[in-house]
Amino acid sequence: MTSTYVKDTAEAVAEPSRPGPANRRPLARRVTDWLTAVSFTLPALLLFGALVLAPILYALYVSLFNWGGFGSPSDYTGLDNYSRLVKDPVFLGDLWRGLLLVGFSVLVQLPFALAMAVLLNQKLRGRAVYRMLFFAPYVLSEVITGVLFSMIFAPDAGLADKVLGAVGLDGLGGLWFADQSTVMPTLFLVMTWKYFGFHMMLYLAGLQSIPAELHEAARIDGASAWQRFRYITLPLLGPTVRISAFLSVIGAIQLFDLVWVISQGGPDHASETMAITLFQFGFKRYEIGYASAISIALFLISLVFALAYQRFVLRRDTEGALTNMRATR
Amino acid sequence: MPASDFSRRRFLGAASAAGLGAAALTACGGSDSGSGKDSSGRTIVEWWNIQTTEPSKTVWPERAKAFEAKNPDVRIKLVTLENDAYKSKMTALTSSGKLPDIYHTWGGGVLRQQVDAGLVEDLTPSIEPWADTLVPASVKAYQFDSKTYAVPFDIGAVGFWYNKALFKKAGISAPPTTWDDYLDTVRKLKAAGITPIALAGKEKWPGMYFWAYLSMRIAGVEGMQKAADAKDFTGDDFVKAGEHLKDLVALKPFQKGFLGDAYSTPTGEAAAMGNGKAGMELMGQWAPVVQADAGKGIGKDLGFFAFPSVAGGKGELTDVFGGGGGYAVRKGAPKAATDFLKFFMTPESDRILVSKADTIPVVKEATSALTDPNLTAVSDMLGKSTGFQLYLDQAYPPAVGQEVNDSVAALIAGSKSPDQVTRSITQVAKSQ
Repeated sequence: MTSTYVKDTAEAVAEPSRPGPANRRPLARRVTDWLTAVSFTLPALLLFGALVLAPILYALYVSLFNWGGFGSPSDYTGLDNYSRLVKDPVFLGDLWRGLLLVGFSVLVQLPFALAMAVLLNQKLRGRAVYRMLFFAPYVLSEVITGVLFSMIFAPDAGLADKVLGAVGLDGLGGLWFADQSTVMPTLFLVMTWKYFGFHMMLYLAGLQSIPAELHEAARIDGASAWQRFRYITLPLLGPTVRISAFLSVIGAIQLFDLVWVISQGGPDHASETMAITLFQFGFKRYEIGYASAISIALFLISLVFALAYQRFVLRRDTEGALTNMRATR
Repeated sequence: MPASDFSRRRFLGAASAAGLGAAALTACGGSDSGSGKDSSGRTIVEWWNIQTTEPSKTVWPERAKAFEAKNPDVRIKLVTLENDAYKSKMTALTSSGKLPDIYHTWGGGVLRQQVDAGLVEDLTPSIEPWADTLVPASVKAYQFDSKTYAVPFDIGAVGFWYNKALFKKAGISAPPTTWDDYLDTVRKLKAAGITPIALAGKEKWPGMYFWAYLSMRIAGVEGMQKAADAKDFTGDDFVKAGEHLKDLVALKPFQKGFLGDAYSTPTGEAAAMGNGKAGMELMGQWAPVVQADAGKGIGKDLGFFAFPSVAGGKGELTDVFGGGGGYAVRKGAPKAATDFLKFFMTPESDRILVSKADTIPVVKEATSALTDPNLTAVSDMLGKSTGFQLYLDQAYPPAVGQEVNDSVAALIAGSKSPDQVTRSITQVAKSQ
């Protein structure tokens, strides 16, 4: 809105007597306009190019080589790194685990956060304390969380097993992070503890903006609590839910630090994520070419998801702001 | 136009100045590590080391001063870098072809690369007169084609550290010397309700030690070398090594939840040993210190024995797996550099390192300076060693070293067969 307005004004001021199309203006004027635009955007473009585009293109280039990271890449192997990638059981496992993490985040963690938000949006004694308590884990650094839960879930000696033992539930205790079959569920638990508070806060903010009159009117019309939630709260919370799901999915795809501290992707790759595989090959094995191929795959997955999500899910929310700027006039 | 002309000229000027500046900086970097004289005409010898922690942080400059006192025309300039910073700096210097006069090396694959690139002085002739004074195992990592390219100053090795009290409790009179005995020992400990072996499964390298030692015992040090040269580990000997390890894993000898345990954390491998909760661990000479640090330490109950031999294997019980540190000299360095290394590794000098900096003696005569019983045990084993295999991650390129760790971890976790382990390692070795 603002930019179109400014542009129109500028045009109007510059060419009061000429209503024709812009490209009829004198060449010099057009060049100056263009130069002005370039000089204003150039710093940003340069930064974006040097810090975002160039590394991506360089990674793409390097991914076509078998390269150890020293000297300049010389052993051109074409798409070998990519064909190795689609056959690598660890990478395929990463994709599956990524999908699990995404599914879990969206289907379990977010509904849980929403439920907590709805609960804490009601008049409740000590509401502020609860809100703060539930949000606190999100403030904690990933590394501290990782170290903390490694101790809590240490088999036998850890707090979790001790507590379970004390209440006579020894049977529920187990190997937690130390077994291929239990490491992912335990990780889910920690992730929920860590991240649900953040989403809860988003939902709380969203809930505050829903006018109380709507609920009152519905109540007078005899709507049940569920109906009010289903037909008033949820639709009006839509934009918040869509953004929080987006953040959650991107976070799950790129998960690294928490897992690295807790298990380094183990035991036997059972909790490895794409980012961890990337790190292993890039900085432990110095197979920079292959690591670059992984990074390109990770980038494409994130990009495709982000674009598709923007296009199909966030469309309503961003309409006018990003998409049809001219049409809003 | 004049304005734009001016700015273009200025731009070109700035660009070339920047270029010259960069060139000058590189040149400085070059001359820093090259031979030079200081203002009073003394020959400067740069000595790159990684001694960033006490006590060696103090001992190293003292040794340099002592040498300077005897050789007034030489100045030893210490450049001390942190381990990882040193490694990355050295890879950059290696590709530029300019190495420091004297520099730290772990031997193995990296040193070999530098030697092949013609950057390293062959020290064989200059150390010949005193080569016999050194512990043979300590020099092995720096020898290629029977030429010596570095002088060692520290050496260590891996073996079993065990809890004598727990062994006694399980009715084991003497540490095992054969693999079959060893498996029996594990069974006895288990029968007595003791966790036989502490292992950090989360960090994969401690598990790799088992496979590496079994391979050494079965294929022999020469067999290992041949496999590394041919980049082929699929031989029967290596498959057998995996099978023996699988036999051990089948006894479930490790602590509960070992796959999630780290090495030096309060719930990890070293702590399990240090708190007397496990019978033994396969670890390097640093183990006693870490045990006492992560746990309480078991003091006099701690014993040491060599990795047992395997029936029918080509390796000896006395072949040792380990590594240390040494100093190489760049090709064309001033003669004072080799003189200094000779001075640094005299019995008197090594005695100072041993007593003050806790190194394991590499000069035979300096052994008497060793007082710590644990280090003495390792030192004895090294002194009697018949063969020496450098740590695999130093001997092989990083990708191969990591694949060994990863595959052996998979074998221990039960997802790879002994045969698959050898094939995975070979595949990565061939791709390098």
